Amino acid sequence: MSQVDTVTIWTIIIGLALGSYALRFVFIGLVGDRPMPPWLLRHLRYTAVAIIPALIAPLVVWPTATEGQPDVPRMAAAAVAVTMGLVTKNVIAAIFTGAATLYGLLYLLG
Amino acid sequence: MADTTSKSYFWKGFRDGSPFIFVAIPFGTLFGVFATEAGLNIVQTMAFTSTVFAGAAQFAALQLLQDQTPTAIILISALAVNLRMAMYSASLTPFLGAAPMWQRAIAAYLTVDQSYACSIVRFEKEPMMTVPQRMAYFFGSVTPITPLWILATYLGAVLGTRIPESWALDFALPITFLAMIGPMMRTFPHVVAALVAIVVSLLTVAIPYNLGLLIAGCAGMIAGAQAELIVAHRKVKA
Repeated sequence: MSQVDTVTIWTIIIGLALGSYALRFVFIGLVGDRPMPPWLLRHLRYTAVAIIPALIAPLVVWPTATEGQPDVPRMAAAAVAVTMGLVTKNVIAAIFTGAATLYGLLYLLG
Repeated sequence: MADTTSKSYFWKGFRDGSPFIFVAIPFGTLFGVFATEAGLNIVQTMAFTSTVFAGAAQFAALQLLQDQTPTAIILISALAVNLRMAMYSASLTPFLGAAPMWQRAIAAYLTVDQSYACSIVRFEKEPMMTVPQRMAYFFGSVTPITPLWILATYLGAVLGTRIPESWALDFALPITFLAMIGPMMRTFPHVVAALVAIVVSLLTVAIPYNLGLLIAGCAGMIAGAQAELIVAHRKVKA
């Protein structure tokens, strides 16, 4: 198990807790009934769908566990998880088929 | 009378929110396992899951923590994942904005994908609902998952301490995220946002402190918003 500095962890936990609450409170609590600019809503709509793929793409192409060497079980597992998610729209099904692919191939390819 | 109808709306919400326990339990467990693997103790894991209360942002923070990312970048990136909560807050405001402040303050904490998705559908379908009925429905929709999410995280954290290193958990977290992407592809602009973000993230991978992630996130967001404008423009013309 890796050792992470306690101050860093608590900074992240407290910062995220306050920040997430602020994001949830800002409109319902402070704006009340006033209307919102459409351009702002339009950008907010695409933040999660942009940031999550951006976080994950480099990890798939250059996985840390293999010191950045592209690797067949991980690439295949990634492809299966994305495809299952697209086809079934079911996150849990996609996680399990992706994981099964990863562990199946790691076992077969040794 | 108002009280009994609010009560029945609470149970309507409860019923509509119940299927999400099948998401909350495995996700909460996974978070507990990953947090332990990342080096968090049980107190830290539980504080994290119960105060932040947003699965995807929690997973993102853990991943970046393992990549030795500076704290400020971790905070900005994870909060960017949570920017959609601001959108939910904005979109619920016309329906719940007239409720008492203490109720809105609690509702803000409980604004998650599931409570938002259930509530917005119901509020739009039944425009005659009163504000207390809407609040009751909203709280009902999130009641089944909140305790189970926290309990599942705890079980995951306990379980996580017993999982051997050889299990290749390095890639379980990416798989979790990849699995989330498919269901997000609801419209053409969502696909554009994701594709642009992926391309830019691969091109900017050499930029230090994981700053490429923020650049890619912004690029994807702008691309999605522009694609939405183009699509809307075509619809008007057609």
